Amino acid sequence: MEMATVRHRPEALELLEAQSKFTKKELQILYRGFKNPGAISFYECPSGVVNEETFKEIYSQFFPQGDSTTYAHFLFNAFDTDHNGSVSFEDFVMGLSILLRGTVQEKLNWAFNLYDINKDGYITKEEMLDIMKAIYDMMGKCTYPVLKEDAPRQHVETFFQKMDKNKDGVVTIDEFIESCQKDENIMRSMQLFENVI
Amino acid sequence: MAAGVATWLPFARAAAVGWLPLAQQPLPAAPQGCEARSDEVLVVNVSGRRFQTWKNTLDRYPDTLLGSSEKEFFFDPDSGEYFFDRDPDLFRHVLNFYRTGRLHCPRQECIQAFDEELAFYGIVPELIGDCCLEEYRDRKKENAERLAEDEEAELGGPGGAGADWALPPGSPFRQRLWRAFENPHTSTMALVFYYVTGFFIAVSVIANVVETIPCAAGGRAGWQEEPCGDRFPLAFFCMDTACVLIFTGEYLLRLFAAPSRGRFLRSVMSLIDAVAILPYYIGLFVPKNDDLSGAFVTLRVFRVFRIFKFSRHSQGLRILGYTLKSCASELGFLLFSLTMAIIIFATVMFYAEKGTSKTNFTSIPAAFWYTIVTMTTLGYGDMVPSTIAGKIFGSICSLSGVLVIALPVPVIVSNFSRIYHQNQRADKRRAQQKVRLARIRMAKSGTTTAFLQYKRNRGLEVGLCPGPALSTRSRSAFEQQHHHLLHCLEKTTSHEFTDESTFSEALGVISLGGRTSRSTSVSSQAVIGTSARASGLISSCCPRQSKQRRAIRLANSTASVSRGSMQELDTLAGHRSPGPQSRASLNAKTHDSLTLNCDSQDLVAAIISIPTPPANTPDESRPHSPASDSGEGPGRPSGGSSSSNRGALRNSSLGPSYLLHNTVKISSL
Repeated sequence: MEMATVRHRPEALELLEAQSKFTKKELQILYRGFKNPGAISFYECPSGVVNEETFKEIYSQFFPQGDSTTYAHFLFNAFDTDHNGSVSFEDFVMGLSILLRGTVQEKLNWAFNLYDINKDGYITKEEMLDIMKAIYDMMGKCTYPVLKEDAPRQHVETFFQKMDKNKDGVVTIDEFIESCQKDENIMRSMQLFENVI
Repeated sequence: MAAGVATWLPFARAAAVGWLPLAQQPLPAAPQGCEARSDEVLVVNVSGRRFQTWKNTLDRYPDTLLGSSEKEFFFDPDSGEYFFDRDPDLFRHVLNFYRTGRLHCPRQECIQAFDEELAFYGIVPELIGDCCLEEYRDRKKENAERLAEDEEAELGGPGGAGADWALPPGSPFRQRLWRAFENPHTSTMALVFYYVTGFFIAVSVIANVVETIPCAAGGRAGWQEEPCGDRFPLAFFCMDTACVLIFTGEYLLRLFAAPSRGRFLRSVMSLIDAVAILPYYIGLFVPKNDDLSGAFVTLRVFRVFRIFKFSRHSQGLRILGYTLKSCASELGFLLFSLTMAIIIFATVMFYAEKGTSKTNFTSIPAAFWYTIVTMTTLGYGDMVPSTIAGKIFGSICSLSGVLVIALPVPVIVSNFSRIYHQNQRADKRRAQQKVRLARIRMAKSGTTTAFLQYKRNRGLEVGLCPGPALSTRSRSAFEQQHHHLLHCLEKTTSHEFTDESTFSEALGVISLGGRTSRSTSVSSQAVIGTSARASGLISSCCPRQSKQRRAIRLANSTASVSRGSMQELDTLAGHRSPGPQSRASLNAKTHDSLTLNCDSQDLVAAIISIPTPPANTPDESRPHSPASDSGEGPGRPSGGSSSSNRGALRNSSLGPSYLLHNTVKISSL
C-alpha cells in the first residue's frame, strides 16, 4: 500500500492559528483553496498535499508567456521546508505567513533561503545565476527590449556588487540583510504584498 | 484566462516577494480596492431548490455568469438570494463545475437542453471534461445529423422525397422541371410522368424476359420452338423502340433541368440510364451481320440494367445499395480469404486426382469450380473425386468450407466493428488533444493580450494619474492583481512583455539600424565585447540549434569584424536577410529556416550590437562601451555610456519609431 494514498490531515486549526499570523477565517479560506484547487486537471494531487508537478502547473497558468517551471521548482524547494517532496498545508501556511505577515527581517530571510539553493548559508554566483535565469525565463521570448543571453549574468553582477560587501564572491545572510536594509526601494516594496489575502 | 486558479493568485503574488531584492527598478504600487475579502456563503435559488456555496468558489471563473457581476441582475434583496428560473437538475452540474473544475455531461438529459443551460450560464461547452467529452460530442453530432436530415428533406435535396410545398411561382421553368423530377408528389404532371416511366421500365424488362421464352412454332416449318423474340420481331422491336424513346426523352430532360450538369452526368443514376439506352442505339447503327451479332447479343444484356432504374422509385433499393457500399472493405476481406482457401484446396485436389484417367479435374482452374461448390456445401455432383486421397481431401474441403464461410462472417464483422470504433476513438483522442492544446494556447494568449491591453491603457495616461483608475474598464479584482504581478516581474527584470509583432518589428528595426552604422569606426575591444553579445542575441533567437555553431560563429565574427575595415562591414551587412520574416520563420521552428536565419542573423548581429547595446540598469558600469556613443537624447535607456542621462523612463508607446530615431542619429556621426 503506497503512502501516497494515505490522506494527509493538517494540524488543528487552533495550532496553526497560533503558529502563523493568520486568523481562523483566513486559514479557512486558504485551506479551501488549497484542498480544492479547481481546474488543475492534468495532474492529480493526493488530497492534502501539493506535489511539484501541480505546483509548476499552477505557476505556469500565471505566466503564460514564459517558462516558469524552473522558478516554480526553486519556489517549491523554498516552501517544502522538510524536503519530503510535497508541500503540505502547514508548509503552505507557514510560508505564506512569513511572506505576507512577517517582519522585514523574516521576509528577507525567506528570500535568502530561496536564493540559497543548496542551503549552505552562502549565495554563490552560480546559485544566483540559476535563480536569475529562472526569473528571466518567465518573461518568455517576446520582450522589449530584446532579451539578451547575458542579461541574467549582468543582473547577477549588479546584485553582487551591491550585496557582496567584502568581495569574497559569496553573499552571506548578514551581508544580504544589511544591504537590503540600506536600499530604500527594496524596503518600500516589501510592503507591497501585504494585503494579498 | 487563468480560470480556476484564482484561489492560488494570492500565493503567486506572495511568492513574488522573492523578486523584491533583485528588482532593478522600483516596483509599481499594488492595485487599490483589493482589500481583504472575507468569504461568505451565497444562496442560489434555482426554481425553488436552494444551493449554497462559497463566494470564492463562484469567483473561480470570472467570465461566467455566476462568477462575474452579471449575477447581481438576479439578486433578490428581499430574500438575500440569487434567483434563477431555470432547471434545478441541470444547475447541479453547472455548480459542480465551479466546485471541481470539471464539467460533466448528464447522461439522461437531452443534449440540447444542457447546451442551452451552459449558454445561459456563460460556460463554454469546450470545457467539458475528458471523461464526458466523447459522449457529448457523439450525441451532439447525432442531433445535428438528425436535424440536418430533416432540413434536407424539407428542402428536398437529392435524397429527399418529402418536400411538398410548391415553388414560388416566379421560379424558372428549369428549376420547376428539376423539382418535378426529384419530387414527383409536387405536381400532377410530375406524378403522371413518374408513373409512366415506371410503367415503361416494367414493360421493357418484361419484354426482355418474354422474348427469350420459346413460343410454339405454330404452323411454321418444323417442330422447332423458337423464342418469341424471333417469332414476333417487329412487335418486340416496336416495344423496345417506344421504351427507349421514353427513356431517352427522360434522360435529356433531366440533363437539361439539372442544376449542375457535371454532377448529374457523374451521378450513378444517370450512368445507369445511359447504359440502359445505349445498346439500342449501338444496335441501330451497327449493321446486322454475323460477325458482330455476337457482340450485339452481348450488348443486349445490358438492357437488363434498366431494372436498376427502379431504384429511383424505391427508397429501399437505394438503402440496400448504400449498405453494400459501406461494407465494402469487410466483404473484400472475406472474398480474399475465401480465394486463398479455394486456391489451396483446388491445387490439392488437382494433384490428388491427377493420376486418374478420364478425370474432371483437368486443371487447377477446373478444380476451382469443384472447390467452390463443395465449400459452400452446394454439392452439384458434376465433379467428384475418385481416388482415395481425393476423397479424403474432398471431405476435408467440405468440412472446412463450413468453417471458413460460416464462422468468420460474424467474427469478422464484430472484429471490424471493434477496430473501426477503436480507430475512431484514436482519431477522437487526437482531435481532443488538439482541442485541449488549442484551449491552453487560447487561454494563454488571452491572458497576454489582456495584460498588454492594460499596459497600453496605462501607458496612455501615465501623465494623468499614477493609479489605474480609468483603465480598469471592467477588470475583475483577479485581473488587476494578476496584471500587477506581471508588472512587478517586468520591473524586476527591466524588460517588458510585448506581443509577437512588436517583437519582430523591434528586431527588424535593430538590423536596419545596424546597416546604417557602417560608417562608424570600431575598436576591436568593443567588437569583441559586442560579438559576445551578438552570440547572446543569436541564442536567444535560435535557442537550441545554434548553440553548437555559436563557438564557431563567435570566432568568425570576431576575426572578421575586428579588422575594422569598412569593406568587411559592408560584406557582412550585405548578407542581411529581411529581419521580421526571418524572425517569423524562426518561430515556425523548422530546422532549415533556423540554419539559414541563424547564419544571417549571426552576421548581422555582429553589426547590430555596435551601436545599440542592450538595455541596462542605470548603475551598471559597462566595461566595453562602444565608440559610437553619442550624446543621445534623454530617455534612451540603451544609450551605452554610463554617463548619459538616463531618465530610465522607457515609454512603451514610442517603440520602434524611437529606435529609428536613434539609429539615424548614429549615422550622422
